[in-house]
Amino acid sequence: MTEAVAKRPSLAMWLPLALFGAFFVLVIWGLVRPADREVASAFIGKPLPQFALEAATQDRPGLSTADFKTGKPKLLNVFASWCVPCAVEAPTLDALAKRGVDIQGVAIRDRSEDLARFLATNGNPFTRIGKDDVSQVQVGIGSSGVPETFVIDGNGVIRYQHIGEIRPEDIDLILRKLAEAGQ
Amino acid sequence: MMDFATSAWARFFVLALVGSLMVAAATRPALAQDLLPPAPYAYKQLEEPALEAKAQALMETLRCLKCQSQAISDSDAPMAGDMRHQVRTRIAAGEEPEAIRTWLVERYGDYVSYAPQNKPIMWPLFAAPLVILLLAALLLRGRFRRDPKDSGK
Repeated sequence: MTEAVAKRPSLAMWLPLALFGAFFVLVIWGLVRPADREVASAFIGKPLPQFALEAATQDRPGLSTADFKTGKPKLLNVFASWCVPCAVEAPTLDALAKRGVDIQGVAIRDRSEDLARFLATNGNPFTRIGKDDVSQVQVGIGSSGVPETFVIDGNGVIRYQHIGEIRPEDIDLILRKLAEAGQ
Repeated sequence: MMDFATSAWARFFVLALVGSLMVAAATRPALAQDLLPPAPYAYKQLEEPALEAKAQALMETLRCLKCQSQAISDSDAPMAGDMRHQVRTRIAAGEEPEAIRTWLVERYGDYVSYAPQNKPIMWPLFAAPLVILLLAALLLRGRFRRDPKDSGK
């Protein structure tokens, strides 16, 4: 009886080992692969939701959906004075503003005195800053953190999302996305 | 000798404690969240128990995007509070929970929802138990079959 089995070694015998091997590779791949915890917005290509935010500071007006429907692409920067990477990206935003980019700010859960101090320290590249105390615009456009920057075309449609701070090496990319949105 | 040792250790611990407190104090602003009070309905339940139950059931199946293995109902992240406020005010305004889920999925993708969606990508998951059972049956088939040579015994 055992001889009969030994005469035809079955390939199926290796199946459990092969399955285990495949599972092992999957686990190792999951461990080694760099973790990507960022949630990209699924709202790219869709129009901005309706909103009208009050002014977050005294020297800049508030922000509403209508401010984006001017025919010219703009940046919508989601930021906060309590957010450290936002201070890191401030010089880059300044550089973009100096190159003629219109940057609209949405201040998330911010107090006006903190925001005024932040802008005095880090510069103020914004043409308007809306006050979003309950993250309604942030959730409305699928943003899940600060800072995030969205390219909005002249019709108020979201065209591109940049997650995290804009670094000097990202300037060309942002300018290109703005140009694409302007076509 | 013993005294010296203990006092040296004691001094070390006091220094370490003071040092870590100073480091904690210095880095506190960096770790600070916003200073605003939570949104009105972040921690406040809806007055109508039936509506609150609806909101609660939904919030338990929505992912907190800041603390991604928690539901927004479990999280103290300010953004989770803002999302609870959003859910509760929408429920209070008469919106259906599934409409709110759809609204969020439109913005964040399926990742925001813990509830399984009936989409083609889920089919392998539902098919897997059947496939494994079939495979097991196939592999075990020989074991349960009578050996023809044994039949005479």
